Amino acid sequence: MIQPAAIYVLWLREMLKFVRAKSRMIGAIAMPVFMLVFLGLGFRRVEFPGLPPEIGYLQYLVPGIVGMTLLFTGAFTGMSVLMDRQFGFLKEVMVTPVSRVSIVLGRIAGGASTSIIQALMMLFLSVFLGFALPSLPMIAASAVIMLLISVIFICIGLILSSFMKDIHGFNTITNFIIFPIFLLSGALFPVQNLPVAIQVFAYLDPLTYGVDALRGVLIGYAAFNIWLDLAVLLLTSAALVFASGYCFRKGEVL
Amino acid sequence: MNSRTTMEHDSLDAIILNGLTKKFRDLTAVDKVTLSVKSGELFGLLGPNGAGKTTIINMLTTLMIPTSGSATITGHDIEKDPEGVRRSIGIIFQDPSLDIGLTGRENLDFHAMMYGIDAAERKKRIGEVLAVVGLTEKADVLVENYSGGMKRRLEIARGLIHHPQVLFLDEPTLGLDAQTRRKIWDHIRDLNKKYAMTIILTTHYMEEADYLCHRIAIIDHGRIIALDTPDGLKKLLQGDVVTLGVNGEAASLVPVLQEKPWIREVNLHNSNLTITVTDGEKRVPELFALAQLSGTGITSVSLRKPSLEDVFIHLTGSSIREQEGTLHSHVHAGMRRRMMR
Repeated sequence: MIQPAAIYVLWLREMLKFVRAKSRMIGAIAMPVFMLVFLGLGFRRVEFPGLPPEIGYLQYLVPGIVGMTLLFTGAFTGMSVLMDRQFGFLKEVMVTPVSRVSIVLGRIAGGASTSIIQALMMLFLSVFLGFALPSLPMIAASAVIMLLISVIFICIGLILSSFMKDIHGFNTITNFIIFPIFLLSGALFPVQNLPVAIQVFAYLDPLTYGVDALRGVLIGYAAFNIWLDLAVLLLTSAALVFASGYCFRKGEVL
Repeated sequence: MNSRTTMEHDSLDAIILNGLTKKFRDLTAVDKVTLSVKSGELFGLLGPNGAGKTTIINMLTTLMIPTSGSATITGHDIEKDPEGVRRSIGIIFQDPSLDIGLTGRENLDFHAMMYGIDAAERKKRIGEVLAVVGLTEKADVLVENYSGGMKRRLEIARGLIHHPQVLFLDEPTLGLDAQTRRKIWDHIRDLNKKYAMTIILTTHYMEEADYLCHRIAIIDHGRIIALDTPDGLKKLLQGDVVTLGVNGEAASLVPVLQEKPWIREVNLHNSNLTITVTDGEKRVPELFALAQLSGTGITSVSLRKPSLEDVFIHLTGSSIREQEGTLHSHVHAGMRRRMMR
């Protein structure tokens, strides 16, 4: 059912295209860089209630922006299936004997790799703004969390794209699904400061746990227990991998 | 339906369609198509755009699920065993399906990898198919820099690299120049002969179907309206085709001609009168005499053996190009395209 060779091909394709499309890479991290620079510098002196005073806003913001990078690149990679459908390449993959599950896994592998590379680039760029990097083992641990976050949002992108037939719904999805996920996640401010009615949604947002876990390993401060964060991320990503495999197997290609 | 279409299915049949039907909401794109293609046969689906040819191919290649009916490819059912079907087929799509961000060689290599072909064999086969389609020198150029003809040839190379038992060609020469088209025709024939590959191709070019196919199914509005060898189809007309260029009152000549027992069919298109007659050579003088009597001037005359185009006109009442040209069929085709996405 799972064909490693096919997964490798699809991963390799993604990596080749990523390396070749330098403009795509710059475009993808431009927005998080702007957010980091302007929010990080503009709110530098702000003190949020509930945060330990030794953590400055920039320290607090960087893991959030890394999470945002993973959210956007992940969801867009998932939805790039729509581009493949548009350009006919999806048909070509779908008539080969490669199992649908392998196609999904190949795409997740490729998307997760490129997302993590971009997130790490963000992390290292933030050093220039004064972000204090943690130790190497902690950075390695953050990469594992990045993997889980990107798998979750690639799968969400894949599932959404199996319901959409072309790229016209793209903006709607971005505005009504991706942005709320970002804003609710506590990437910019502590979720605990939201009104209780809205906090409920924040707790349903997988990125909330992702960003919290990233803070735990990168700046040593987490609002929740980091093991709870990890458990939520693991369960969500596993469930979504199955769900996207199912959506992909069921649907017609054209 | 022709009696050949319902012949008993034996083990030599590579493709069997049984009442295959596809509906898009209230539009029936493919309507109970039943036919079988023998192993090693070069079989053509001929019809205007929007006749349902591509929809049939999409169902046979497991990209679409039929509304009703069934089909098997080399014994694998398209719905129950889609992976078995996918292992035995190759397809060259009508619309481009290459990854333009990769080079020609990478497109071929990745395709072969997905069929589990090992590295040494891949290298050998890629060299072969590139030579066949004449792209050896351009193999390492990104596909986005290819011309339309080069892309088409690369797709053909890709369809062949895994040596499929059954090859589907959806309008293989659409939009290609005459020279490339002829080359591709010869190549398709070669494949069919050399590897005894079963090939099913769709086309709306009469010459293509006539030149290549052992048998042809003519499809219109999702139904098979005739199925036979090209010669067999032409015999449907039972006669020769005389085309008269006329001026003046041609309308008065038509009823006169229709009375004659030796005239099988009369069609008036603009100022061209197409007449199907038995013993064409002997009847031409008589036609001239009749025209003179009814006061119709003749500006040109030609006599030929019937072509597939004539057969198509005979069967559907209009030429394949006219069908494409009408607003109705455009709307129809557009609607289909939208629904098939």
